[in-house]
Amino acid sequence: MSSEQLEKLSGLLGGTAKVAYNERSNLIRIEVERGELRNVAVQLRDYGFDHCSSVTVVDYPKEDLMEVVWHLSSYSRSEVSRYTIGLVTSVSRSKPEVASLTDVWESALFLERETHEMFGVNFVGHPDLRPLLLPEELMGTWPLRKDYQLKKKREDVFKKGGASL
Amino acid sequence: MGLVLLPKVIEVGDEGSFYLGNLDQVAKRAAEYIKSNRVANKMITWGYSYSLWPAYLVTACCGTEMAAASGPRFDLERLGFLSYGNPRQSNLVVIDGTLSIKMAKVVRTVWEQMPEPKWVIAMGACVLDGGIFWNSYNTVLARDVLPVDVYVPGCPPRPEALATSVIMLKEKIKEQQAKYLRRSRKGALNKEGVSSE
Amino acid sequence: MTQEIKTIPFTYEALSQLKMSEGVLELQIGPAHAGSGHMRIVAWVEGDTVVKVDPDIGFVHRGVEKLSEDRIYIKAIPMVERPSLVDTVNANLGYVMALERLLGIEPPPRAQYIRVITAEISRIMSHLYGIAIYGIFMGSSTVFMWAMADREPFIDLLQELTGARITYSHIIPGGVRWDLPKDFAENAEIALKYLENRTKDYEKVWINNPVVVARSMGVGKLSAEGAIRLGVVGPNLRASGVKYDIRKEEPYAAYEEFDFEVPTFKEGDSYSRLLQRVEEIKQSIHIIRQALKRLPDGKIIYEDYYKRMSPLMKKIYDEKGRVKFTLMLTSLSPPKGEAVSRVEGGRGEMFYYLVSDGGKAPYRFRVVTPSFRNLPFFTHVMPGHKLADIPVIYGSIDYFPPEADR
Repeated sequence: MSSEQLEKLSGLLGGTAKVAYNERSNLIRIEVERGELRNVAVQLRDYGFDHCSSVTVVDYPKEDLMEVVWHLSSYSRSEVSRYTIGLVTSVSRSKPEVASLTDVWESALFLERETHEMFGVNFVGHPDLRPLLLPEELMGTWPLRKDYQLKKKREDVFKKGGASL
Repeated sequence: MGLVLLPKVIEVGDEGSFYLGNLDQVAKRAAEYIKSNRVANKMITWGYSYSLWPAYLVTACCGTEMAAASGPRFDLERLGFLSYGNPRQSNLVVIDGTLSIKMAKVVRTVWEQMPEPKWVIAMGACVLDGGIFWNSYNTVLARDVLPVDVYVPGCPPRPEALATSVIMLKEKIKEQQAKYLRRSRKGALNKEGVSSE
Repeated sequence: MTQEIKTIPFTYEALSQLKMSEGVLELQIGPAHAGSGHMRIVAWVEGDTVVKVDPDIGFVHRGVEKLSEDRIYIKAIPMVERPSLVDTVNANLGYVMALERLLGIEPPPRAQYIRVITAEISRIMSHLYGIAIYGIFMGSSTVFMWAMADREPFIDLLQELTGARITYSHIIPGGVRWDLPKDFAENAEIALKYLENRTKDYEKVWINNPVVVARSMGVGKLSAEGAIRLGVVGPNLRASGVKYDIRKEEPYAAYEEFDFEVPTFKEGDSYSRLLQRVEEIKQSIHIIRQALKRLPDGKIIYEDYYKRMSPLMKKIYDEKGRVKFTLMLTSLSPPKGEAVSRVEGGRGEMFYYLVSDGGKAPYRFRVVTPSFRNLPFFTHVMPGHKLADIPVIYGSIDYFPPEADR
């Protein structure tokens, strides 16, 4: 993406959004504060990014925060259909809460439900946050966080042989 | 022969009345007698081993190789293997693939609904000892859930391997029935007329 | 019958109100069923009409995303292939593309062409499997047997190349692992000609069959605006009228050099989804023929990796055309950063997001499969139809539960 297009896009979104472009992956990374999230999302959807590909969380326990990422792409506007946008906002680890964007993109319905049961992030305003993939016994243990340990019964074998991981 | 069959079920009680005994035990002893007859034993073995009908239960990704095995190239139906919809009228469970916690409960329920005699074939590396998903938070080994008869290694196993496992199960059924025949002839039946194994 | 797209409220109050009204029966079409696959479809019916459908998935969830943080980068390749088992080459390709973008390397042109050939063969196999499952859900075992048999020539082609039936792990960062054997082009031409003649048989028996037309025409209609709003992907999207294919929008792996069309249909019902898959098979055959004619020469592995091979490995490469795993590949540690890649699989768009912190294992690996994004068909399109239309809609969207659950 050329720098004029990038400047036009960041001018559209307002002052507090930080925009960066990764050329190898055609990825535009936009970081916003929690309060501005919904306005920026509506602006992006009206610009032409009308498909939500993925909702996920990257967990940083050392800095005590979690980054919630929405990845967006465009079905209807052909000059931006080759780019992917990563909309990033940070929440604290002790009380993870963020506004749900299902009324902006309805394709985020099942994706946010899966992210909630894996990480424990509460999407305020989502119509249905029941467990989707996990059985009832594992609900509440938030398996994908960094402090959930996997079974390691063959750890001794790997260490003795010398091969790592 | 007839006198040997009827055990002491007719006893003369007080004042000349007859005591006919327990009809349930009589039926069991009759069935044991028929099954320990050599000709009938062979017919029953032939019936079991050539009509192994699995219930419709696909567990994970090895199911595509089981579907390809039912296709026309590796035809499993010539061995008598036909998927049937009702678990109460089938006698085989093929566990293909990883068992997650949710699926293990379903498999156990289907297993308990099937009448005796019944067998289990476990397919794939994930049910042997974990496979490549061995330390996941959501998987169970098959031997913790069901008693398994034949294991088929591979990831996924080739359809020829599945056909070989069906033939191995037939050999196992023949051995089981021959052992039963030997023990019943030797008189290993205990007092109540039921075999001691 | 026409069906509007409406959002059904999922709150618990709405659920309890449904249960109290008379005549509404809750059916559980469970995993031990001939027409449900590895999932449970909970349907509320009133008489013969379906009122609400709730998909209960997660029966094949194995936790690929968490397990990949515990293993080195190259061990995630088989773990990514196993969920989408009918279409393994495209899944493999997407992950390796994201890893190559993190490392900053590009494979040579001959490797790109071989990647395109195997990816298109995998797409043909995936569409044939979809047609087989669609047939068996409608009750016809003829089409199931035919389509399963027609996959076998292509499985044999790739078995001659790699040695395995469906899980190849053929694509690695830097190129591919095996070079094409000498008679690959002739065998491929025989298989493609065979499949072209078979499409005439399929048209006579299945596609122009009055039973199929009556059961699937007008059933499960989804308009173009509805498809964009719900976020569906793949042939389901193109059969509703939206012309979107990642091989044309963001071309990857030498697709820019081939000329092919992207077919679309307007109606968006189950019958047009079936026709869409047949048309895409024809386009794939066209691409494979072009690629085999113009195959360039050269190496199949990145130049820097070739220089670091030991003399014995170079000798094996020169004689047999086979790349063995060097220490370099098993101890990859890309620099800090993130990468995103999108691939057009047989069922739709596969999305990969990889975050690295300089170590030997990924810091975060996210994969979204196309079957997971076709889930809104259950909740938004099925209500309003008859009970006997549930397997017809399910079979036409080509939903594969192990892929959705990962």
